[in-house]
Amino acid sequence: MAIQLHYTPEQTTFRAQARAWLREHVPAEPLPTLESEVGFVQHREWERTLARGNWGMITWPREYGGRGVGLIEWLIFEEEYYRAQAPARVNQNGLFLLGPTLMEFGTALQKSRFLPQMAAGETIWAQAWSEPQAGSDLAALSATARRDGSQYVLRGHKIWSSRATFADWCFGLFRSDPDSQRHRDLSFILVPLRHPGVRVRGIRQIHGEPGFAEVFFEDARVPLENRVGEAGQGWEIAMATAGFERGLMLRSPARFQVTAHRLFELYRRHASTAEPGLAATVLQAWMDAEAYTLNTYMTATRIMAGGSIGVEASLNKIFWSELDLSMHRAALSLLGARAELLPHAPDAGDVGAWLEGFLFSLAGPIYAGTNEIQRNIIAEKLLGLPRE
Amino acid sequence: MDFTFTTEQRLMASAFRELADTVCSPQQLRAAAEGRRHAADAAGAADATDAVAAESQARWHQFAAIGIAGVLAPEAYGGMGLTDVDFVLIAEQAGHAALPEPLVEHAGLAVPALAELAQEPRVAELLAKAAAGRTCVAIGHPINPFVLDAGRSDYLLLAHNHEIHLLESTHARLIAQPSIDPSRKLFKVEPVSGDSTRVATENRAQQVAQRILARGSLYCAAQLVGLCARMIELAVAYARERRQFGKPIGACQAIKHQLATAQVKLEFARPVLYAAATRAGLLDERSQAVLSHAKIAATDAADFAARTALQVHGAMGYSWEVDLHFYMKRAWALAGAWGDRGFHLRRLGDRLLEGGLPLGPGHTFEDVQT
Repeated sequence: MAIQLHYTPEQTTFRAQARAWLREHVPAEPLPTLESEVGFVQHREWERTLARGNWGMITWPREYGGRGVGLIEWLIFEEEYYRAQAPARVNQNGLFLLGPTLMEFGTALQKSRFLPQMAAGETIWAQAWSEPQAGSDLAALSATARRDGSQYVLRGHKIWSSRATFADWCFGLFRSDPDSQRHRDLSFILVPLRHPGVRVRGIRQIHGEPGFAEVFFEDARVPLENRVGEAGQGWEIAMATAGFERGLMLRSPARFQVTAHRLFELYRRHASTAEPGLAATVLQAWMDAEAYTLNTYMTATRIMAGGSIGVEASLNKIFWSELDLSMHRAALSLLGARAELLPHAPDAGDVGAWLEGFLFSLAGPIYAGTNEIQRNIIAEKLLGLPRE
Repeated sequence: MDFTFTTEQRLMASAFRELADTVCSPQQLRAAAEGRRHAADAAGAADATDAVAAESQARWHQFAAIGIAGVLAPEAYGGMGLTDVDFVLIAEQAGHAALPEPLVEHAGLAVPALAELAQEPRVAELLAKAAAGRTCVAIGHPINPFVLDAGRSDYLLLAHNHEIHLLESTHARLIAQPSIDPSRKLFKVEPVSGDSTRVATENRAQQVAQRILARGSLYCAAQLVGLCARMIELAVAYARERRQFGKPIGACQAIKHQLATAQVKLEFARPVLYAAATRAGLLDERSQAVLSHAKIAATDAADFAARTALQVHGAMGYSWEVDLHFYMKRAWALAGAWGDRGFHLRRLGDRLLEGGLPLGPGHTFEDVQT
């Protein structure tokens, strides 16, 4: 086969099917932000609606609540999903990070126990990795998992755990030997958040909602079978999870294509008062969203041909996070003096979700490993430059 | 949907790369730029200029011998009958080597244009020779004020005044225009008219000219992507070796982060280039937008890599002695060739901001019904 960039008739039919279902089911009004308590509940309900239509996580095997379709179908679904302006996925940490991690490292029992619940929207997951003294330097983490018979006893303090305020479970990294150093003897453990010895305290984010949380483990006990992979394999598994986070699944190109499209429309309305040179920024947004899309399709077909995604995930993460930020900055520039208005201000006009999107886009270069860490990874692992 | 190259396509590009490493090393580029012979052939009777020309000729024939000139020529004319997707990787490698000969322009632009015009007997005859690399055809297009290598080519294929003309180079009036890139021999060519040279008019001429521009943008972008990769390689090698403060400078984040950013730009220019390669023969609005995108992305990636590589090299990079400048100069030159950033950005704007091309998800590959 040579390069051919066309969908099959079956894929086109699949697109129509997804489009029709979404048209019928996507809420007419946007849901309140999923970072708020009321928004979280409604977004969970939406996950259940998706699951009832069997759209929860279509790439997974049927036995886990999926449709067993390929990556191209996944990208098509995402294109239709963002086109329909469907709600954000409140369970993205579960579906896009833990899900693929369990597929690769989980036992048969773990898969059948956790994946269908995840696809059904019944268990919402958070990530518990960072600690007050272990952010970019994740390997400096000190939370411990002490073995006591058939249980782990967890102690430690996790922070910046997205959606943990309202979520049900978390996947955490713990030191299974308290004397171990750095990357060695870490374990990847699944912990219920409403559980004796686990205390969750929401942290208000820049927009005022408790979008992330601190999680305190005070001798919380979980069975050994909650560990994913072997004891001491935690770092390897976490790096695979981080690859999923930075790579193909978490940030679909369609998301940025929709933003670029909205930016074009905004530009057309405000062209007469736009800052000189902004047309070039708007065109750049289209180009970068297309480049990201093409790159994703290229990666997808490479994976389908037996390839894998490694350090490329770091390239992706830098690209989409900077693109998202650039588009939102351009939008605020177009909105001029109205850019500061909250959407419910009486004279907000067409400010829409730009401000909220801008705040979220500011987090992009920070979460999932800061872009500085990604650049270190690219420089050392891809270019072969020496460690500092 | 398949966005991967075949083994054959990769093998052909790596064969090209191996040959380029042998016959177009930085030392050979330097010798050509300095007007010296590279081979230590002290007994050679010819003067240095002749020796440089002879080495250039020899290089051309070596690429011709592995069939590069005819990759895009129909098999009936002795070519391989392959597509732009096959040739794009070769053009990328030609850029990587900063090849001094106009092989990409000849094989990537002139040969397919001749193939389109091959119902003319004199074009057909020339096409067979061009596909074998036994003759070199330079190409003129209104987008470029000058014709690359009009002087050392045997023939000129000129698109102007809505006509296409084919003539022997010796019959044209040429005015040399020295370039900062010592390998680029540019000439102003006086327009020609008349029945003896005309090979296409009106719609046909316009279509041929548009496809020349499409392939010009595509293969210029491909060379820029190759140059971008080369400059990153040079800077990485230097940053690993050069020590300051008791360690390689490449261990410093200030260096690492710049090079990582250059690599990001390179990696995201490539898929755009390869997608554009599937559209080089098409003249619809979306294909034009994709080709312009490829040229802009490649230009920006190469420009950033040049700037970064120079800074990483420090004063060494500013010297004639270090090879970097050969690749930087080619990148600067190609940035303005086959439509500069301004031309392509305006062309994009006309189609996207003013025009009616559908935007948003689902339209990247085809205009899906909405």
